[in-house]
Formats: sequence, structure tokens, C-alpha cells
Amino acid sequence: MLLISCPFCGPRDETEFRCGGQSHIQRPGPHTAVSDADWGAYLYTRDNPKGWHFERWLHAGGCRQWFNLARSTVTHEIRAVYAMGEAAPVIGESS
Amino acid sequence: MRYSALTLARNALTGHRQWQPMWRDAQPQPHYDVVIVGGGGHGLATAYYLAKHHGVKRVAVLEKAWIGGGNTGRNTTIVRSNYFLPESSAFYEFSVQLYEKLSRELNYNIMFSQRGMITLAHSRHDEETLRRSFNAMSLNGVDCEWLEPDEVFERMPLYNRAGRFPVRAGLDQPRAGSARHDAVAWGYARAASDLGVDIIQNCEVTGFLGGDGHVGGVSTSRGNIGADKVCLAVAGHTSQIAAKAGLQLPITSYALQAFVSEPVKPVFDTVVLSPATGVYLSQTDKGELVIGGALDLYPSYAQRGNFHTVENVVAGMLEMFPAFSRLRLMRQWAGIVDVVRDSSPILGPSPVDNLYLNCGFGTGGFKAIPAGGWTMAHTLATGDVHPLIKPFALERFQNGALIDEAAAAGIAH
Ligand SMILES: Cc1cc2nc3c(=O)[nH]c(=O)nc-3n(C[C@H](O)[C@H](O)[C@H](O)COP(=O)(O)OP(=O)(O)OC[C@H]3O[C@@H](n4cnc5c(N)ncnc54)[C@H](O)[C@@H]3O)c2cc1C
Ligand SMILES: [Zn+2]
Repeated sequence: MLLISCPFCGPRDETEFRCGGQSHIQRPGPHTAVSDADWGAYLYTRDNPKGWHFERWLHAGGCRQWFNLARSTVTHEIRAVYAMGEAAPVIGESS
Repeated sequence: MRYSALTLARNALTGHRQWQPMWRDAQPQPHYDVVIVGGGGHGLATAYYLAKHHGVKRVAVLEKAWIGGGNTGRNTTIVRSNYFLPESSAFYEFSVQLYEKLSRELNYNIMFSQRGMITLAHSRHDEETLRRSFNAMSLNGVDCEWLEPDEVFERMPLYNRAGRFPVRAGLDQPRAGSARHDAVAWGYARAASDLGVDIIQNCEVTGFLGGDGHVGGVSTSRGNIGADKVCLAVAGHTSQIAAKAGLQLPITSYALQAFVSEPVKPVFDTVVLSPATGVYLSQTDKGELVIGGALDLYPSYAQRGNFHTVENVVAGMLEMFPAFSRLRLMRQWAGIVDVVRDSSPILGPSPVDNLYLNCGFGTGGFKAIPAGGWTMAHTLATGDVHPLIKPFALERFQNGALIDEAAAAGIAH
């Protein structure tokens, strides 16, 4: 079970949160210039790394704010909590 | 060695010392017509049908650990075809029909037990959705039966009659059931090996030979192996391997857990799914309850699973069967499943020449092993995508022709 530090509420049990999947996905545009391939990739293609994953979380059972986590998909270790819109932090290899 | 009552008797009389290994321990050859990556049910079945139906001579299945040790050996073994959309219904129904004949086909008892599977409705809205499934199944030509609450309780006397989620109806697919997972993997492996397929364990694929939009083989922990065609059947690890060929896929990997209780006397003889609790269970011939629930909450490659899902599943099961409250769980584990947005598999060629995909089965591909193997073998051998899997092409994520079983079935098994 994860203990997740909401930037607004502090450490809370993972069951209060929802994982919103990969973060930092940019919507391509302008819309009329976007190919089917790019639009499909935007909607569906995901990194799915075995290792560090930069992902969006929602504190659904708390302040209802979104924020980002850098979390290992192998150990589940959380290395960084950072704001929406902020660039992904650089994380070392080992976890 | 053909298995029969006679072979069993003969071996019993000779102290069971004459049994042969079920498949050859093959050494990697420099080149194959087809290399299949992943020795789960799908990879092994594909190899079997390649040799059996299409006479493809040189086929290898490369498995990084031991065959059937992935999701095939970790799943709750429910086999059913109560799908909603015509494309899925046709594919999974074909698979169930192959399961019905599989023990004979492979000369291996896969213990397919068609004990039926009952999906419950707990509210008026559930009931309407279930009616819709009933109608869809009937239109798709898959036999099913509508059960009133007393008929549900007759089938499962221990089911909670006074719970928080009352039973308002049930939908039974009588031909659904369960099969022995290891037997499916071993049965296909043995039959494929007898037809000349090389089954190579402890051989991890680490990359591809070729380049420039095509593959010509694989690099492995046991050296390079050339191949005219390569088929990926690695379930939750597809993204990693496909990335080595420059492919990014619409897949996210999650842990899905299962649980087994201590064995008890026969207490119910069907499979039951309660959408309200998110829990489904069945009882094995040995008497253990096999219990499954929803996915863990976030992407993961840790094959262990998360505790709060354990709590949810146990609570859900007890809501369904309060009588099981004293039962101990003997084992709990997780498999890494390849989840796709529309909950339908990705089957067929990839944008990389000579590289084929069998993935995206997520939480429900055990039931699809015979059909997945059959149709992928056809596709690999003839170069024509088998008609049953044309709708499951990777292109659907570009052209929008999704097969959205997530909304239609909404269940994880
Ligand atoms: C808990 C749980 C319950 C489930 N319940 C059901 C159910 O009731 N009914 C149902 O129909 N489905 C169910 N499923 C889903 C089902 O188990 C899978 O969809 C199915 O087994 C996938 O089979 P596969 O052969 O594609 O993959 P797997 O059986 O996972 O085989 C893939 C193989 O590839 C190997 N591999 C990975 N990477 C490499 C590499 N680099 N080189 C070589 N080999 C590699 C792995 O070791 C593995 O053996 C369940 C899954 C889980 C986890
Ligand atoms: Zn918060």
C-alpha cells in the first residue's frame, strides 16, 4: 500500500487517490492539421515503461487536486511529487 | 507417447518409471521460419497450429523463464463467450468451441468443466444492462439463460439472500466454465513438440535483428536467432519488447491478482460474477475457491499485488457468501496484464515488416488461447489476416474502429 504525499494535504493512504496515467502528454494541433496517426497516438499510445513513470494523480477522496508523481513501476517507490505543468524531474537509474 | 487408460495402467505396473518428458528440451538453431516470443498459452498454441495446420517446419517458441509461468499459469481460468459486440462474440465463441474439443485434440486432459457462469444483477439498472447482454448474446447465437432470483439461489444455496446487494436476476452461459491452466500450456507444448516445434526455455529475447522497418530475427540471452517472421506473445511485457523494434503501443501494464482458499467440500458448482462487488469465484475439483477481482490501481510490473485490493476482494466475496468468513486464503499472487483502452486484443501484423503481435488480452485472454493460436498461425503462415481477427488490428487506434468491450462487458476475467 502506498503512502502518497499530496502537495496540498500531506501524506495520505493510496486509496484516497486515483491514478490518471502518463503525464506530460501534449495535445497536437491545430486540429485540422493533425493526422489520424498523430491523433491516435495522442489518445491511445502510452510509454508504459518498466521503471520510472511520470504520471498524473488525483486526490479524489481529499482536496480533489491533480498533481504529478515520479514512481517506479517495478518497486512502486515514489521519488518525486511535483505540480501539474511543471517539467518532469531527472531521476537516477537505480530505484 | 500417447496417453490413454492403457498407458496409465502399463506405467502403474512398472512403477511409473517409464514416463517420458512431455516435450523435448530443444537447443536454439541458427534460423527458423517463425520465432514466437513468449511461452504462454498463446505462443504455444500459435506454434502448435503453425505445425499442425500449415506444415510450417521450423518453428521455435522462446520463453525467458519456464513455459506457462506468465499469466497463463496465474489466471483464474474462466472460459466463456458471453461478450456483447459481434466481433468479440464470434472470436471468443470460436475459442470456447475449440476448448470443447481440446482434450481430444491434444491427447491431454485439460479438465474443461462446463459448469456454467452466472452474472448477477443487483439493481434495476444492472437488470436492464443484463437484459441487454442477454439480447446481444441471443442475437450473436450464443446460448444463454435468464435466471430469476430463486433460480439463482437454487444454483448457489450459500449465496447471501439478505445482503447489501440483493440478487435481482442472473444471466447464465451454460457452456462457460473453467479449464486447468497448466494443462493448456503443457498440452499445447507437448503436442507442438511432437510436431517438431522447438520449445526453448530460459531464453530471453533482448532485441531484434534487422532494422529499417523490418525484423529478421531476435537477439536472445542465448545468442542471435534468425527468423523469417517473429510473433510477440508476451502479454504484459509487450511494450518493452516492441520498443526494441521502435514500436510504441496503446498498452498499459497493470497487476491483476488472484486468490485461492484452503480446500473445502463441494459448495457450489458454477462460476459466479457479481458486478456490484467486482468479485467472481469458482471452486476447483480439489475444493479450493478461486477468487478474482478488479485490477490494482496503477501501472505496475511488480508481480505481487497490492494489499487494499486484497481487502476489497475478500470483503466482496464475504458479501456474496457470508458462510466463507472462516475460510483461510492459502495463496495470493498477481500477473502483469496488458490493458488496452477498448479491452480488446491486438492481433495481426505490426507496422514493422515480419513482426506480428498477439497482445492486449489484458485480464481475459486465457479463454482465447485456442482461437488466438489458431488465427495467428493462419495469419503468420498465409500472410492473410484470419477473418476472425481482422477487426482486432492495431490500426483501429488510428481509424477509430474500436471494439469497446470495456463498456459492454465491464468485467475483468
Ligand atoms: C490474476 C489473473 C486472472 C486472470 N483470469 C482470467 C480468466 O479467468 N479468464 C481468462 O480468459 N483470462 C484471465 N486472465 C488473463 C490471462 O491470464 C491472459 O490474458 C493470458 O494468459 C495471456 O496469455 P499469453 O500466452 O499471451 O501470456 P503469458 O501467459 O503471460 O505468457 C507470456 C510469456 O512471455 C514470456 N516473456 C516475457 N518477456 C519475454 C522475453 N523478453 N523473452 C522471452 N519470453 C518472454 C513470459 O515469461 C511469459 O511466460 C487472468 C490474468 C491474471 C493475471
Ligand atoms: Zn490533497
